[in-house]
Amino acid sequence: MDDPVLISRWQFAFTIVYHYLFPALTMGLAMLLFVLKSAYMRNQNELYNKGARFWGKIFAVTFVMGVVTGIPMEFQFGTNWAIFSAFSGDIIAQTLAMEGAFAFFLESAFVGLFLFGERRFGQRMHWFSSLMVFLGTWASAYFILATSAWMLNPVGYETLPDGGIALENYWAVLLNPWLFAQFIHNQGATVVTAAFVMTGLGAYYLLARRHEEYGRIFVRVGLIAAVISSLWMLFPSGHLSSEQVAEKQPVALAAMEGLFESERQAGVVLIGQPDVENRRIDNPIVIPRALSYLIYQNWNAEVAGLEAFPEEDWPDNIPLLYYSYHVMVGLGTIFIAITVLATFLLWRRRLFESRWMLWILMLAIPFPFIANIAGWLTTELGRQPWLVYGLMRTSEGVSPNISSGNVLFTLIGFAGMYLIMGLLYILIMVREVAHGPEAESEEPELTEGQSGEQPV
Amino acid sequence: METFWFMAVAFMITMYVLLDGFDLGAGAIHPFVARNDDERRIIIRAIGPVWDGNEVWLIAAGGTLFFAFPHLYASSFSGFYLPLIMVLWLLMIRGLSIELRSHLKDPLWASFWDAAFFLGSALLVIFFGAALGNVVRGVPVAEDGYFFQPLWTNFSPTNPNPGILDWYTVLTGLLALSTLVAHGANFVAVKTEHELNARARRFARFGWIATILLTALTTVSTFYLRPGMLSNFADRPWGVVLPALALGGLAGMGYFNFKGRDKAAFLSSSAYILGMLTSTVFAVYPEVLPAVDPANSLTIYNASASPYGLGVGLVWWSIGMVLAAVYFVLIYQLFRGKVRLEDEGY
Repeated sequence: MDDPVLISRWQFAFTIVYHYLFPALTMGLAMLLFVLKSAYMRNQNELYNKGARFWGKIFAVTFVMGVVTGIPMEFQFGTNWAIFSAFSGDIIAQTLAMEGAFAFFLESAFVGLFLFGERRFGQRMHWFSSLMVFLGTWASAYFILATSAWMLNPVGYETLPDGGIALENYWAVLLNPWLFAQFIHNQGATVVTAAFVMTGLGAYYLLARRHEEYGRIFVRVGLIAAVISSLWMLFPSGHLSSEQVAEKQPVALAAMEGLFESERQAGVVLIGQPDVENRRIDNPIVIPRALSYLIYQNWNAEVAGLEAFPEEDWPDNIPLLYYSYHVMVGLGTIFIAITVLATFLLWRRRLFESRWMLWILMLAIPFPFIANIAGWLTTELGRQPWLVYGLMRTSEGVSPNISSGNVLFTLIGFAGMYLIMGLLYILIMVREVAHGPEAESEEPELTEGQSGEQPV
Repeated sequence: METFWFMAVAFMITMYVLLDGFDLGAGAIHPFVARNDDERRIIIRAIGPVWDGNEVWLIAAGGTLFFAFPHLYASSFSGFYLPLIMVLWLLMIRGLSIELRSHLKDPLWASFWDAAFFLGSALLVIFFGAALGNVVRGVPVAEDGYFFQPLWTNFSPTNPNPGILDWYTVLTGLLALSTLVAHGANFVAVKTEHELNARARRFARFGWIATILLTALTTVSTFYLRPGMLSNFADRPWGVVLPALALGGLAGMGYFNFKGRDKAAFLSSSAYILGMLTSTVFAVYPEVLPAVDPANSLTIYNASASPYGLGVGLVWWSIGMVLAAVYFVLIYQLFRGKVRLEDEGY
């Protein structure tokens, strides 16, 4: 461990994976909160309002975790990747700065209002602030994904005589064709996450026979969101995403699929272990010809394998990329199966009595988080060995004067802090769930901070 | 165009210091001003709905700095690697302490987060002050535009390889602490009544006296170490309104404190901070990161983004700032007035 590039990569990967666990929930939850609040405004059923307040608390603690773990992300471009920042700052800093100007101010103002303002400023204002929180968090995602999309598919830049690059077309960056599929796929994933959490917690309340009237609402609202968003992840958003990887990053696609040699009638490997040394998949179970069809809509088309590309341009961790992609797709398929079946039971009015299904829904809670992370690992490992695809290699972007010991020190520091923060988060979540939605029916705003619980 | 962005970034950093400054200051004094759990909750509640928004100014200023001066961002963030990461840790600890304290009704839990809130706030203020001190003193930028500063070397600001901490930057760190203690105490006084209000005023007075002494010391040391900083004032004499504003603010802080006019005292400490920061920025211009070897200094010209990028930014940045101003006016308007625990909350 004396390579500053490697440790800086570990630090960025670790801090962003940990950070993203929280926004993956809050962005979807912001939408569901708005749905619950809107439902209350229409039907005036107090259960929906108390449910929204309860999820507001879950949201608040998760949001704070997301905020504090998010601050290091913006700063790490400069601390650990200074050469990259100087090289591409003319472009990516546009979108990063816009995130601050348009999304963070909006979020922070209306989160405070949403959590503090219900009693003081009335239901309309509360509903409006839930809408603004929803828009703010999703706007934030748009700008940060624009940054990511530019690194995956650089557009709108010009090359300068000194070898640097400069922004040439602002709108090309903001409307990067890569961004469209990435945004709808990623935001869909956050809705899947929040919907599974809501459904799973509702299922828990039903199984435990506590707060059952809320359990039914959470399962109903959560499950409908879960089934729509799970299908959305396959089509159109997943389909568009893999098409653009096939078009713009064929070498990444080959590694994701574990395709070492170019093949006509290429198949999809369902299960199998990539053996990079011998360039083959061990113990494969394959659907023949499916890959050719999925990419080219032609059962006989030739798909380029890894060997069609120079080895120096291969992603540098093929097994992890392969497994991440397969975990994401595998879990996505399971989500569709679970939610379609559960929705069928809901429609036949048998879901709340089908305890086995409620068990499955409850135990499914962690898996969308895993799928989110696996998806992001696929995206970012597929970009390797490039930091900016085709323009700058990862090894070229690191800060020049920082020793590996310094980075190791901060990486260990982050690991320790995040371990403690994770324990605290779980402790507070367990208590909130145990209290349940009924607990804070009175005086919702008797709190300190933005996420406090009322003193008893 | 570069000058505009220089002022824009300076404006955002000043907004950050003015706004987050009072809640950092409140954190730094709260274990001394508030004597029991109720009083501590009042202080946390006074900053509760606004601290996160205040901190966004730091993030947004960082983003705008990166956007307008990418080379400055790359050089300074990597050069200040260790203290910057520590600032991030402190920001996390402090944010969590505000939000998590109320989640368990347990005196040990509350005490733990009170200590975290105090330490996080006070250390952040000292770090920020020391950071500004480093920029004024100059850092060892090499010819390639990069540097790396250890936490300390021999504590001498005239060392060609200065550390983050030397006697000068420790001095600026302490000045930042005394200033924000006064500023935060003024804010707490505005938001509270009775005993708590009286104690906050006493703290504001204590902070004010310390600030006078430290301002004098820092000013003298600054002109001793960096005599060139006077030249901008000689070239553009109108610039003296900025230090005059600081002095006026400093006088007002004391005067209104004795008169018991908390809001006016808070505005005075704001004027002092505004005056001090703008004077510094005015004196450093057009450099953004002075180097020990002046030939390697980063200026607004050699650190800035492309003219096209800066021009595009002008449009969205202006819109963004107008929107941010609207949110802030709205939120501060909605949550104005004294904090009382027996109220139904905010």
